[in-house]
Amino acid sequence: MSYAATHDQHDDHHGAPKSFFQRWCMSTNHKDIGTLYLVFALTMFFIGGSFAMGIRAELFKPGLQLMQPYFFNELTTMHALVMIFGAIMPAFVGLGNWMIPLMVGAPDMALPRMNNLSFWILPFAFILMLSTLFLPGGGPAGGWTMYPPLSLQSNSLAYVVFAIHLMGISSIMGAINIIATILNMRAPGMDLMKMPVFVWSWLITAFLLIAVMPALAGAVTMLLTDKYFGTNFFNPGGGGDPVLYQHIFWFFGHPEVYIMILPAFGIISEIVPTFARKPIFGYKAMVFAIACIAFLSFIVWAHHMFAVGLPLGAEIFFMYATMLISVPTGVKVFNWVATMWGGSMTFETPMLFSIAFIILFTIGGFSGLMMALVPADFQYHDTYFIVAHFHYVLVTGALFAIIAAAYYWMPKWTGNMYSEFWGKVHFWNSVIWVNVLFFPQHFLGLAGMPRRIPDYNVAFANFNMISSIGGFLFGASQLIFIGVLIHCVFFSKKKATDRVWEGAKGLEWTVPSPAPYHTFELPPVVRDEELAHGHVND
Amino acid sequence: MQFPGRHDGAKVIKRNPRGLTMGQQHDAYFVPTKSYWPIVAAVVMFITVFGAAHWLNAGPGEAGFGKGVLTIGVIGIIGMFFGWFRSVINESLAGNYNAQVDTSFRMGMMWFIFSEVMFFGAFFGALFYVRMYSLPWLGGHGHGVLTHQFLWSDYVASWGANGGGGPEQVGGAFRTVPAWGLPLLNTMLLLTSSVTVTIAHHALRAGQRGKILLFLGLTVLLGATFLYFQAHEYMEAYNELNLTLRSGVYGATFFMLTGFHGLHVTLGTIMLLVIWFRVLKGHFNKDHHFGFEAVAWYWHFVDVVWLCLFLFVYIL
Repeated sequence: MSYAATHDQHDDHHGAPKSFFQRWCMSTNHKDIGTLYLVFALTMFFIGGSFAMGIRAELFKPGLQLMQPYFFNELTTMHALVMIFGAIMPAFVGLGNWMIPLMVGAPDMALPRMNNLSFWILPFAFILMLSTLFLPGGGPAGGWTMYPPLSLQSNSLAYVVFAIHLMGISSIMGAINIIATILNMRAPGMDLMKMPVFVWSWLITAFLLIAVMPALAGAVTMLLTDKYFGTNFFNPGGGGDPVLYQHIFWFFGHPEVYIMILPAFGIISEIVPTFARKPIFGYKAMVFAIACIAFLSFIVWAHHMFAVGLPLGAEIFFMYATMLISVPTGVKVFNWVATMWGGSMTFETPMLFSIAFIILFTIGGFSGLMMALVPADFQYHDTYFIVAHFHYVLVTGALFAIIAAAYYWMPKWTGNMYSEFWGKVHFWNSVIWVNVLFFPQHFLGLAGMPRRIPDYNVAFANFNMISSIGGFLFGASQLIFIGVLIHCVFFSKKKATDRVWEGAKGLEWTVPSPAPYHTFELPPVVRDEELAHGHVND
Repeated sequence: MQFPGRHDGAKVIKRNPRGLTMGQQHDAYFVPTKSYWPIVAAVVMFITVFGAAHWLNAGPGEAGFGKGVLTIGVIGIIGMFFGWFRSVINESLAGNYNAQVDTSFRMGMMWFIFSEVMFFGAFFGALFYVRMYSLPWLGGHGHGVLTHQFLWSDYVASWGANGGGGPEQVGGAFRTVPAWGLPLLNTMLLLTSSVTVTIAHHALRAGQRGKILLFLGLTVLLGATFLYFQAHEYMEAYNELNLTLRSGVYGATFFMLTGFHGLHVTLGTIMLLVIWFRVLKGHFNKDHHFGFEAVAWYWHFVDVVWLCLFLFVYIL
């Protein structure tokens, strides 16, 4: 192959195409596609967030206030589906798209056109799913887990199943692309064990995605045939079993939990060393801990089902396997703290969100450990305790990491510094109100308030009101982020340097800010001292 | 088959990072031009599933536009595949794809097949779960004593024949397809086709075009014969054995597993046919034939799935 041939392929060699449609709908550029993913995720975050506001408004006082119970159930179902598949996952894919090629010295993703397809499937999938809210008979209201037989009563099941198929196709293609990029496109000298932890975390996450999204596709396909084609997978009268669905679903669902948190671990492992001005403590241990968590995620799924009546042996196995996960997770938390130990720390907004992540995610981890105990879980199951738990790991975990990453890399993306003052206002409002929102839910759960109900006993009134107030203010605080973002992109006068942060290391900081439309068209020279985590093999 | 990792060419560049020596691997990376096929693909996929959902959701007797939309979507998907692959083939023939791109394609195909394995895994998992746990429990074994006692005390769990349909015998009495008739023949056909496709691959490496065409053509014919027998078996199951999709969980697992496999054989046969025409047009040479290999991998995967089906669905 001649160099001329390569050159011909780059008709947009020095910049973005001028036409809007060509640039955004026909893109093969990882930065533009990454931006599309991030904008989509932010939009979905506010749509899902508005559903959450509806839920908290209804729960502000006991009794039915604002809506019919069926609509409430639609809100809880859609809130989860939108936040998981529309906000958190696309945000991580967007960050991966933007940063992985920059971090490993690749010019783009390995399969750029498939990358564009992965993204463009998503808006259509969500149009299909959200349109069910306006159909006669309403949208899905059986919870995001879609357990049969309840979910089979929904009139809009086919729409949701096909939307999930589309999202699955998108995720699998995105994951294949990320694996091929990391394994095949690294610059010479960027050995596997020199890669940034964020890249490692995405490599393992991508493997999880390819392994479990097809299982979800299979499970929802069985729902589809049970409802529309008369099969009996989940009907005991025909020899099936509704619990079978739960097994297949959670075989997907538990690794899915780690799909939503491993890239967050990667992000925190990039940010903490930068602002502590020290290489990460125990790089290899961090990598192996991620791999270990990923492996364990395949053998713990039934801890979501302790209360369905599993045989005792299964309950014991899944209980111990689940508790094992706290070992590699503990390694990670320990290493983040040890990285900060003795560092010369500064507390810019990304670092604040990272520290909040470490503390609050750990709280969510501990409440998870409580529920791993089978006898205790019988008490907590399907109460607000689990709601508090997974919001601590998903909001103050995954979401805080995404926000931290957005602040951390925003100057590289836009070429401008964001307003540190308003970033901190956003942080303090978020971190205070998120605890007002979710911490009381632990008490509600322990006192026995079930999840997914529009009305409750007056005994739960006070904590629910506190939680709702926290919810409204947390939701409002996120508007500050929109302000910071718009200011940074369009109005900020303060130009970012190439390095942006004093302690930042890694290939992504060697390119100009904003990162040019094409980077690393020729493989860069990798020097160990420039890498994020030093020369780890010493 | 190359597995992920560094290319030897990379070392050359490390010594001489900006030296663009012609003809080496990795002179520069390759990034394809922008293309409208991805967005077309997203649109036609959306039209297809929207039509399908609308069609399924319309009650019996209700007029709907679902079927029409579904048809348009499927035609769109077929057209999109033609267009997208044509542009990729043209780029490949123009020599745009270097060794690194080739490796990316290979990894893409391997991981795609892995995802397919996991998809079948869900259905095999359902089969094993039903046979090992839920049916025996309904019959009162181990964990299911009370269910049996209170709901279906006269139900005796057994797989296949009448018992496998479940306690309510949904779908009525049925008989199963005997393993040692058509299914055995189909096993032979697929195994033979795996051999012929491998012979064709060796012939490709040796550059014997006539031999490739012959053995690849044979593979296509064997695949088509398999599909013919499979269709025949389905008709027999429906008409004579009363084994249908509604025959309890036995019918569900039987038809969904063999049905998805049949769908994959259909796709694989079409892909092989496309490759046959591409060989005829001289698209491949002994070093450059990823398209051929990808389809061959896919064919072997379909073959292995069938062996599992033959064992777990038909014999056991």
